Amino acid sequence: MIQRTQQFCTFYVDDLFLGVDVQQIQEVIRYQAMTRVPLAPQAISGLINLRGQIVTAVDLRCRLGLPLRKSDETPMNVVLRDGDNVVSLLVDRIGDVLEVNEDLFELPPLTVRASVRGLVTGGYKLPARLLLILDTSKTLAECEPRCRLEPTLAS
Amino acid sequence: MDHLDAGLVSEFVVESQEGLANIERQMLAIEAGGAEVDLDLVNSVFRTMHTIKGTSGFLGLDRIGALAHGLEEVLNAMRNRELATSSELVTTILHSADFMKSLIDCVETSNEADITQYVASLQRLRATNGPSVTAPVAAPSKPIMAAPAAMPTAVAQDAATTETSKATLTFVDECFKNLDQMDRDLCALDQDPVNATLAPRIFRTMHTIKGGAGFLDFGSLELLAATAEELLAKLRDGKVALTDNISLSLFETIDKCREGLLILRATGSGSLDFDPAVAIKNLKNAQRQSLGETLAENEPDVEKKLPLGELLVLRGQTAPEDIAAALAAQKTGDTRPMGEILVQRGAAKTEDVVAALKSQETRGGPTSEGNIRVDVGLLDKLMTRVGELVLARNQIVQYTSRLDDPSFVRTAQRLNLITTELQESVMKTRMQPIGNVWGRFPRVVRDLSSQLGKQIRIELEGQDTELDKTIVEAIKDPLTHLVRNSVDHGIETPEVRVAAGKPAEGVLLLRAYHEGGQVNIEITDDGGGLNLERIRKKAIERGLLSADQAARMSDRDASQLIFSPGFSTAEKVTSVSGRGVGMDVVKTNIEQISGTIDLQSRLGHGTTIKIKIPLTLAIIPALVITNDGDRYAIPQVSLLELLRLDGADAQQKIERFQGAPVFRLRGKLLPLVYLSERLGISQPKTETSQGGSSEAANIVVLRANDRQFGLVVDKINDTEEIVVKPLSRQLKGLQEFAGATIMGDGAIALILDVMGLAVSAGLVGEMRDQQRVGSSGADKLDAEPIEALLVVDLGDSRRFALPTSMISRLEKVATSNIEYADGREVIQYRGAIMPLVRLSEVFGSEHDESEVAEELQIVVYAEDGYRCGLVVRRIVDIVETQLQPSTRSADDNLLGTAVIQQRVTDVLNLRRLARRRTTSKFSALASQS
Repeated sequence: MIQRTQQFCTFYVDDLFLGVDVQQIQEVIRYQAMTRVPLAPQAISGLINLRGQIVTAVDLRCRLGLPLRKSDETPMNVVLRDGDNVVSLLVDRIGDVLEVNEDLFELPPLTVRASVRGLVTGGYKLPARLLLILDTSKTLAECEPRCRLEPTLAS
Repeated sequence: MDHLDAGLVSEFVVESQEGLANIERQMLAIEAGGAEVDLDLVNSVFRTMHTIKGTSGFLGLDRIGALAHGLEEVLNAMRNRELATSSELVTTILHSADFMKSLIDCVETSNEADITQYVASLQRLRATNGPSVTAPVAAPSKPIMAAPAAMPTAVAQDAATTETSKATLTFVDECFKNLDQMDRDLCALDQDPVNATLAPRIFRTMHTIKGGAGFLDFGSLELLAATAEELLAKLRDGKVALTDNISLSLFETIDKCREGLLILRATGSGSLDFDPAVAIKNLKNAQRQSLGETLAENEPDVEKKLPLGELLVLRGQTAPEDIAAALAAQKTGDTRPMGEILVQRGAAKTEDVVAALKSQETRGGPTSEGNIRVDVGLLDKLMTRVGELVLARNQIVQYTSRLDDPSFVRTAQRLNLITTELQESVMKTRMQPIGNVWGRFPRVVRDLSSQLGKQIRIELEGQDTELDKTIVEAIKDPLTHLVRNSVDHGIETPEVRVAAGKPAEGVLLLRAYHEGGQVNIEITDDGGGLNLERIRKKAIERGLLSADQAARMSDRDASQLIFSPGFSTAEKVTSVSGRGVGMDVVKTNIEQISGTIDLQSRLGHGTTIKIKIPLTLAIIPALVITNDGDRYAIPQVSLLELLRLDGADAQQKIERFQGAPVFRLRGKLLPLVYLSERLGISQPKTETSQGGSSEAANIVVLRANDRQFGLVVDKINDTEEIVVKPLSRQLKGLQEFAGATIMGDGAIALILDVMGLAVSAGLVGEMRDQQRVGSSGADKLDAEPIEALLVVDLGDSRRFALPTSMISRLEKVATSNIEYADGREVIQYRGAIMPLVRLSEVFGSEHDESEVAEELQIVVYAEDGYRCGLVVRRIVDIVETQLQPSTRSADDNLLGTAVIQQRVTDVLNLRRLARRRTTSKFSALASQS
């Protein structure tokens, strides 16, 4: 049987080791100054000017329901294409690009936290540790709106 | 073809050619598919044909329409599997399509073409339920005017049936093409006799035909061509001028040549049936006449270089003395051009001057060659790139103020200039004249008015006014609606008009013009105008207004009522309009493209609807402001004025009107909205500012939906051209922002959506489902929509109010019907399980009604298909009031507190209460046990 492999760009978020298909990645860049977006979902950290393109930055820690980053830690941007849009995922640290064997794939184990489980397609049992594959379409689609000011009846 | 249709026709030509090109491919694929007919393909061909049929019928291109009809019928039969695919069938269809292509190529003359043979062969296809044996060329009657520029497959088909040699066919096809070109050239030459390029081209074509006919031993055709050639040579050398007779005889010759060529193609040799004697005689006569008359006439080539005055003298259209006088006037300081002076002095006719001026300009080739079709996506991309260039330019220009290097400043200035020009040019590529939309209105008006028995003349002004393509598309429907409205409701029947002392014929005037970076479109009718009394009455009937409000309302505001949803004063619903849907949709559509719509009407004199729309949506002027350290852009279209209140003023002049901050702007109350508060950045300033903030207040007066409000911001920076970029889908739901842009320094600024802000601030109702009442935001009382509220109590002194709009029913349920699901109280209601929420539990009433009452009073809340029952003690009343919650409550379940019927009443936040059910499942369970 032919060994089929896939390449993933990997990164760390809190205690998680995550990967995204390299085909989706546009680039990885350092922390950029951001413009905050009031009223936006909490996971949206702001907007980045990436060479004239406006990129929405999604904080993965917030998105995955993990504890927030300490103020002195600056995240990295994993910039990926989302249809016509370009979106940046804020992660703690960048890992290597790994080529993994598809045989090692398994559906998300039940031990993974519920907030994370919904957003990963599964995991690869790598020798060192478990690589979880991020479901980017879900991650980017369902940013729950932050509880907004209730529409008042008047004024 | 009248001038109006010219744009439509050229659009039709381009579109049809595209469609026909596709048909060729699709038919070949169908043929390749064999017996397994790909219905999708057939459908697609059918649709293309159907479109051509429809459009050509509309444009009065009857022959093309008839041919398309024939094709459509055959395709329909194929689609219904009544006709099996065969190569003959496909060939016939392709032949007809080719012929149609050639007809469309010379669309002006298409109505004179003979299509009978094609129609006949198509009909035969259907009649015999199979392909015809004879190919189109052998069909009984021959086309005499235009003929197909046959493609290779057609040639092969012809060769098989007629045994004509390949060389002959190539020659014939070549000639047909040239003759088509000649038709066009001759038409052009007729319009513009001095054009120097046309005559030689016509001459060459005729020369080729002469040569070919001689080679193929077709004597009579050769003779005809030779005679024509002789005349054309004289024409070319300017020895004769083009007279009507000459052009007529030349057209006749062309037709005759076609006839000869068809014979040649069918038989491969000359024929005695072909008798060009009459045509030859006409040619000679015309030449003789012309020579006699115009020997003195000058060479056309020279005419082009002559000054206007001399040209006119040469043409005998003005006298030399007049020219001399005009020249003298010019020398003594008259700056007007020669033509104008001559016309002014009555020395020359306007049309002569225009014609002469035209001939001075060198004419380009046929328009189709000057156009290419470009993918809109590509233009969009180009636009984006230019947008980025504009940003870079802005950045550079900012630097120039800091640097002193003169050469850098000069370069920056040039860059600035070039960028602006480039931006304009790129924007132009996306521009379309509004005439493209208007082109169909005369027809619409004609059809409608005859249907309604009215006499209406439509006048169009400023058809060349250009707008961005996307905007042109967006205003198509609203404009059509307004025109139909004016015809149906606006302009009266002739009897009524005459009785009112107006001419029987009504006039509908459409006017478009540029003004201040915007396009204005006016639709004016001289009809009856709006009957404001009837509108007021109707509004009261429909419960949009109270009688008192209606009486207080100004005429201008009353006329705006027709933009309310579901509003119609029409006594009867006609097929045309009157259902009351529409004007609100028109308004919404216009507002979607950041346009405004305004209506002025005088009873008995007519109505004018004025629409203002931006030229483009991609790059807009905007005001940049700073708030809480962030910059925001506000589109200038919504901007009315800027106000600045310094320290003391800020405290005194911002007043409270029932808790809401207002400012007296020229005697009227302007509601204020604090941007920080709207964006949820800082705490509402309602309390602190009363305490006395010494800071100055900057107020940006904005207009949203005819309502003014003041947006209080920290700092006003500057105005700038910004490039609008859409927000990603993660942020699309934010109504407060219209997009984002990159500022000169590279930072990103959000673009505020003025309408969205007004809605979120409660100044403007959710556009569709709330009535809008009141004047232009000046009167705060009117600014509050009237709400019907249900007042309930829990058996103690407290009262609660709920908006009835969110309530579907009031029900009484026996306590015994309550069941438990998942630890919560539920009842079975209308075939579904409906959870109950006891208000007494939520708000901790001491009075526990569940033990006493056998029956529960339930208020059924329904929204988006979700139902929830609120258990209350008693329904007190339903009141209509302008709600003005005075204090905001700390309790999430309350929207605020208001005084209703002289009682302090808590206004329930129903949405929150309904949500509470899902989140506080366990607490509910706990309270149960």
